[in-house]
Amino acid sequence: MIVAGGGKVGYYLTGALRAGGHEVTLIEKARQRYDLLQEAFGESVVLGDACEVTTLDQAGAARADLVAAVTGDDEDNLVICQMAKRKFKVRRVIARINNPKNEVTFQLLGIDETVSSTKLIYSLIEQEVEVADVIPLTALRKGNLELVEVALTVDSPTVGRRVRDIALPPNCVLAIVVRGESAEVVAGDTLFEAGDIIVAITPAACVQAFREALLGRGVPTS
Amino acid sequence: MHVVVLGCGRVGATLAMALEAEGHSVAVIDRNREAFRRLSRGFKGKMVLGIGIDEDVLRKAGIERASGFAATTNGDNTNIMSAQIVKTRFRVPRVIARIYDPLRADAYRELGIDTMSSTLIGAGVCRDYLLDRPYHTVEEYQAVRDAPQGRNVMPERGR
Repeated sequence: MIVAGGGKVGYYLTGALRAGGHEVTLIEKARQRYDLLQEAFGESVVLGDACEVTTLDQAGAARADLVAAVTGDDEDNLVICQMAKRKFKVRRVIARINNPKNEVTFQLLGIDETVSSTKLIYSLIEQEVEVADVIPLTALRKGNLELVEVALTVDSPTVGRRVRDIALPPNCVLAIVVRGESAEVVAGDTLFEAGDIIVAITPAACVQAFREALLGRGVPTS
Repeated sequence: MHVVVLGCGRVGATLAMALEAEGHSVAVIDRNREAFRRLSRGFKGKMVLGIGIDEDVLRKAGIERASGFAATTNGDNTNIMSAQIVKTRFRVPRVIARIYDPLRADAYRELGIDTMSSTLIGAGVCRDYLLDRPYHTVEEYQAVRDAPQGRNVMPERGR
């Protein structure tokens, strides 16, 4: 594996991967930072610009299974991933992105796996704030679907009803109900109770209709 | 025609003014307002403050009606990324990226992005002048295998 960018993310990622028994080469272009990293990781640190073919080659990109580009600059991470994928045929590339808007751009330009700390923190904050609402857990890329979590309160119109009696928007699927410490797969005769947490899949465009179906109207939108 | 120029450094500003002098409509993007001082007082084109990999900034510069786009910032990767966005998302017919690193320029040329390596062209022209040789074409200067700096010659391994 190759980690490109020896900032805080790259440093801790490399440490964690090594602890997990992986062979990792870390690339860093700043001399001073490189010296520091070499103290920690020894010979597995390469000094150079990971956007350059020669550096990637030196780090062993031709035989790498994975390249993670985690520098602080989105454009650098894009170029590193594109070079790794196209010049060195690395099968799996992951890019860190800072501007959440770039997620779509990266996909358009052929880099499908991105991680945005901005977006992660944002969704964590949303989960904290919207206790009684529909919380997005993750976006499923295929079919533009969202995995969401809904907590039922005593006011929810679905409480005391069975799944088969609830009218849902098209393509919405109630998957799992979490009750106390246990989780069970939702079936047609599952009876909802207040306090139930439902994990469901809904098309991104139907989130509002889905919310109304489960929690009723008058619930504030996010 | 309408052209969007990214980067108002010496290359970008000179290009913008040259295009305007030939009667084209030009918009220049730079993330530093001071950079626009490189344009002459008479410059009538649009000056857009912002970063060139942001689609909203590109739209503000009129990218949707542009026939040409040139990325001339001093950041190779910014130029590469913006050129790809403009080409893929906005389907501008003529897109060029100025790239210092000859190997990166070569790699992206293979991927269908027109690139201009000022490093190779500059070094090649100087070499030909010094050796009193006839000048070559841009394509010849940009043929990376003849790169003037030995360390940048494409490694055989990894190709």
